[in-house]
Amino acid sequence: MTAVRRKSNTPPVSASPFPYNPGSLLSVNDLSLDELNHILERATALEKQDPLTRDRILIKRRVALLFYEASTRTRTSFELAAKALGADTALVSNLSSSIEKGESLKDTGLNLRALGAEAIILRHSLSGGAWLLEESTRLPVLNAGDGMHEHPTQALLDLRTILAHLVPNSGKSVGKKVGPIAGPETLAGVTVTITGDILHSRVARSNMLLLPRLGAQVLLCGPKELLPEIAVAETPGVRIERDFEAALSRSRVAMMLRIQAERLAGLQLDLDEYKAGYQLTGERLARLAPKAVVMHPGPIIRGLEITGGVADGPQSAILEQVTHGLAIRMAVIERALGAGRTEKRV
Amino acid sequence: MSPTSAIAIKGGHLIDPGTGIDAPKDILLKDGRVAEVAAPGKLKQAAGAQILDAKGLVVAPGLIDIHVHLREPGQGYKETIATGTAAAAAGGFTAVAAMPNTIPVNDSPEITRWMQSPERGASVRVFPIGAATRGSKGETLNDFAALKAAGCVAVTDDGHPILKDSVMRDTLAAASRVGLSVIQHAEDTRMTVGASMNVGPVAFRLGLRGMPVEAESGLVERDIRLVQDLRSDKVHLHVAHTSTSKAIEAVRQARRNGLRVTCEVAPHHFLLTDEHVGHYDTHCKMNPPLRSAADRDAMLEAIMDGVVDAIATDHAPHASHEKEVEFERAPNGITGLETALGLCLAWLHREAKMPLGRVLSLLSAQPAAVLGLRGRGTLAVGSFADVIVFDPNVEWVYRAAEGKSKSRNTPFDGWTMLGKVRWTVSEGRVVYGN
Repeated sequence: MTAVRRKSNTPPVSASPFPYNPGSLLSVNDLSLDELNHILERATALEKQDPLTRDRILIKRRVALLFYEASTRTRTSFELAAKALGADTALVSNLSSSIEKGESLKDTGLNLRALGAEAIILRHSLSGGAWLLEESTRLPVLNAGDGMHEHPTQALLDLRTILAHLVPNSGKSVGKKVGPIAGPETLAGVTVTITGDILHSRVARSNMLLLPRLGAQVLLCGPKELLPEIAVAETPGVRIERDFEAALSRSRVAMMLRIQAERLAGLQLDLDEYKAGYQLTGERLARLAPKAVVMHPGPIIRGLEITGGVADGPQSAILEQVTHGLAIRMAVIERALGAGRTEKRV
Repeated sequence: MSPTSAIAIKGGHLIDPGTGIDAPKDILLKDGRVAEVAAPGKLKQAAGAQILDAKGLVVAPGLIDIHVHLREPGQGYKETIATGTAAAAAGGFTAVAAMPNTIPVNDSPEITRWMQSPERGASVRVFPIGAATRGSKGETLNDFAALKAAGCVAVTDDGHPILKDSVMRDTLAAASRVGLSVIQHAEDTRMTVGASMNVGPVAFRLGLRGMPVEAESGLVERDIRLVQDLRSDKVHLHVAHTSTSKAIEAVRQARRNGLRVTCEVAPHHFLLTDEHVGHYDTHCKMNPPLRSAADRDAMLEAIMDGVVDAIATDHAPHASHEKEVEFERAPNGITGLETALGLCLAWLHREAKMPLGRVLSLLSAQPAAVLGLRGRGTLAVGSFADVIVFDPNVEWVYRAAEGKSKSRNTPFDGWTMLGKVRWTVSEGRVVYGN
């Protein structure tokens, strides 16, 4: 019997309807380079603006913060950003709401909409939560981290931090022409190494989608348990380098990640072995990457993935990242509510 | 189900893979049985019979789905035996084998009989499949003789696969002694903790934990070893919803070694891949999950080259509120009874050029043979009057909202189907007409 081999004529995958709302930011992939530049420009403009005029931009507009997971930086940063623009914010967390009584994400979202929320900032413990909320409410949804999936505003603030250090003149006028802040070649020749628990990291996923679009080479580093080979199966511009020291020696940016104990799901790790292989120490940094920018999305676990000395040291941009986050979040909240648009987005 | 008066189906093209007939024929159904098959216009005993005009249509044995979840007893909000079998009839099925993961689990003759009782209002024949172990907990074997006497056609723990070697060996041996098949949902659940889709680049990108193909193939290989060790040609292992190339290869090898190992494939596993999950579409969440394109293609090839014994839908209705949740929280499963024929005709017959008779065989004669359903899946004189009449050339768009199933959880909503059922006749009664 001859097998009929059919390599064509299989059902196509239909195009994604997401995002339903043009103000949403679910994935860094939702942003064209134009939109990315718009956000970066607005972040700078808003950061510089007089707080007393800035807070007229979204005066009395309603923004809900819906947090299903503990958060310090992201929550505070989004809240302060919304308030800096004059918006009213309401915080709903899973531990003090009807979520505890079993209310679904869809119903929680619909109720926030009925209360007048014009945009929802969602931190969710499960991957894809932001997509479900957007589909259910059709409101602008800002993904403030969904499970192991994405954390787009973190990638944007990381990009802003990297640009501030490595391409300080991007977007500034050169002669008469003002170039874009971020173009396909802006980070050409720059190697960014992301080290640690890649498997469970939404920060890694968003960064590995975003940074190569600006020309950066991204190296992923970590043990097999935390960095499976399939991580780079469909991501151009991203490669695996398991030798931390080799990766470090080539890096302009060393981004360290925390081991997410809450997501290990029974996986056993020898922490001493991990530290020996992957900890960013002062000695390693001085020997292999004395000029690299050290970044970490936080929370940092001092003495595990990074030593206290490095975290507090002169190469560390960890707290600058937090400050950049405030500016980025002002810009994406403004975008969500359709304000501050200088040109029509494509 | 009481047989009605005689029905004569005239003017159609009869395709009966069981007897090898593929020719214009008239057929007479009487007292719930096939009474006569004759050349057009030559029926001898058709006087007074109700006439169904099948001109331009195909007449074939009613389809048989050996893997459905009818959700009764216990979860009537998802489906009932009445609505599930109405969906079956609309899809051209005249018999379905119902999985035991009901609430309570069908591990007793009482529940088996309850499911078959006329009060359930079934449109087509329901063959219960009994739980292999008490409560499907994988520990204590049920009384297979009693389950068989009550009407069970096979045993399985379905979604709670039997992992312990000793329990699986005892199940295979005990079932073979009473002439029952053992169906295994092959999933080593120790390898799939927290996983909600196929392992691979898509799962990584979506931040979802993945099920390795070895969780399926490893258990199939283990089960085949147990069948081999038992050294009895009465032992029959049937692998449910095979989804990986590795598992198919294990089945193929077992067959070469003369073992009685059969397998089924669901339409979604030869049509869709993990890419169809898109942005967390819970209508593409089922177990086994949608696999890679390579595995999908392997399922299609295995169907084409004859390793696969049957197409079965794994019809698994869920209420919309259960599917409108985070992907990892959504229950597994999609409906399938109303789309199987239209998909098989569109993609196996028209696209992959499988002869119509073979497609129909995979949906009738062969599944009947897998579970030993005598007098089903054929139109030989004397067999049950389970017949479908359909137009093989009509294209139509499936709308889940217009379906007969109580649930709407399907990835095929809005898909173009090929072949429209005109009538479904179950044991001599017209149970669906369009």
